[in-house]
Amino acid sequence: MLRIENLRKSFGGVSAMNGVSLNFAEGSLTAIIGPNGAGKTTFFNLVTGAFKPDAGTILLGDEDIAGLSPPEVVRRGMARAFQIASIYPTLTVRESIFGAVNAHRGWHARLGRRFPLAEAKAQADEVMELVKLDSRADTVSGYLSHGDQKLLDIALALALEPRVLLLDEPTAGMGPEERWQMIETVHALWERKHMTLIFIEHDMDIVFRYAQTIRVLSYGTVLAEGTPDEVRQHPKVIEAYLGSHFEHTDSR
Amino acid sequence: MRRSTVLRDVAFAVGVLAILSVLPFVFPGRHFSDFVIRMSAFAVFATSLNLLIGYGGMVSFGHGLFYGLGAYSFALLMQKAGTSIPMAFLLTMLISAGVATLIGAICIRLKEIYFSFLTLAFQMLVHSLIIAWTPLTGGDQGLTGGVPRPPFLGIRLDDPHHLYLFCCFVLVASLFVMYHFVQSPFGYTLRMIRDNPRRVGFLGIQVWRIRLLAFVVAGIFGSVGGLLMSLFVSSAYPDFAYWTISGEGVFMVLMGGIGVFLGPLVGAVVLLLLSDIVTGLTEYFGLVLGVVILCFALGLRKGLLGTLWEAWRDRRRAGAGLAAGKH
Repeated sequence: MLRIENLRKSFGGVSAMNGVSLNFAEGSLTAIIGPNGAGKTTFFNLVTGAFKPDAGTILLGDEDIAGLSPPEVVRRGMARAFQIASIYPTLTVRESIFGAVNAHRGWHARLGRRFPLAEAKAQADEVMELVKLDSRADTVSGYLSHGDQKLLDIALALALEPRVLLLDEPTAGMGPEERWQMIETVHALWERKHMTLIFIEHDMDIVFRYAQTIRVLSYGTVLAEGTPDEVRQHPKVIEAYLGSHFEHTDSR
Repeated sequence: MRRSTVLRDVAFAVGVLAILSVLPFVFPGRHFSDFVIRMSAFAVFATSLNLLIGYGGMVSFGHGLFYGLGAYSFALLMQKAGTSIPMAFLLTMLISAGVATLIGAICIRLKEIYFSFLTLAFQMLVHSLIIAWTPLTGGDQGLTGGVPRPPFLGIRLDDPHHLYLFCCFVLVASLFVMYHFVQSPFGYTLRMIRDNPRRVGFLGIQVWRIRLLAFVVAGIFGSVGGLLMSLFVSSAYPDFAYWTISGEGVFMVLMGGIGVFLGPLVGAVVLLLLSDIVTGLTEYFGLVLGVVILCFALGLRKGLLGTLWEAWRDRRRAGAGLAAGKH
């Protein structure tokens, strides 16, 4: 589904992405982990067109999308949510989701109709129900709790019915209980929508419990990849990131 | 859009027009009708500016360019080309659309203060052109000889009452069109861009296209404001394209309320009333205006209508909360 080959990016003289090659199978659930500054968010920014790569190919299906702008990448079936929730603070949840559905359907520039469009309702309702925001549909997004804003950010991406969904630290800034609720919501989405889901995460309990496969980045290179068991026992990962005392425990 | 919604809006617009048409009988004399005509010109202009500021998050300091362009295009078409008024009206809108497309294509790629000052730069360029191109524009004296107003469809715009009704019609029709513009899916996409343009890009939308279309629509209606003023004064002056017109437009938007569609209309009424009353009392209008603007900036940042609207909404929500608590 998504194949990255020899991806490179430098900022000034600093190499942020140093020949990364990764393959994400269709319908897989993958976690990307690594220490701060490893290049995880840069990787997302390159894949989604926020940054133009210096070299390398990004194959979405059979098409090389390297260097395309974010709208062009999204139009080809990739969507993302951000580390800091990126929402529309003055619009309600409902208006935001309808807006995203309009964007996906190509109805966002219609002038002769009144918002919201009746034909967008079924999908908008489904998305709000999927992320459990239906009870807060008429709340102004800027007044939502941090966790709900993160859910709304994910909902905006979901409204695009992506083939590949990238989530940048979906549990960032949340308390322990909220984190597990969030990741279970994300996991349920993945199961229901059968999409390729890639998420960046720092909570190793979450990563090792939910991810099918894990990619470990360090200093802009791939340090290791494999199943949770393989990564957990990888000497380089233990040395550079997890530490020799790491043990996976369910912290709920 | 549902047919019933359109019919309701049309009925409302017709109702407003009917009320406006009988008001001169309640307030006879030229003073009232002249005030409404000037208010129509400024209200259409300020509402079009609010499409950019309030709905698009694009603070234009140069929107007066289109006010001046509308006034000069219309007056020159009537004077030099001898076209009919409807044709000159249509051509003025087309010219403004063309100019707005050219200028907008450059300006909308910039953000915040850079966008603001580039629009101001284009306005001063047009103002300088008007001053310098004396054979066509009359230079700093403005157009001389008056704007011909030949009758069309039985409407005689040299008759003050006909002119009043015509301006009222253009005001209501322009607000009707702009209202549907901001209530359309496009209008909500514009609000999303105002809130978070980066996120809109990650929904697959080419942000610049939406911004450009909004800029063009705002430019067209900005020129309609200038057109009405040139009809009223039967001329066009360089001041119509000066930066102070843009400043007055921004004041109207701020005084009425950025977040409310009819805010700029209220702002236009307040600013014109203030101007008419204060200039009759003192020559220091600028000083009084400065104090008023200061008061709005410090105490009424949502504008008159914006503050009232929020108070009404909060009260309604509180009422709904109380009602829910009883169950």
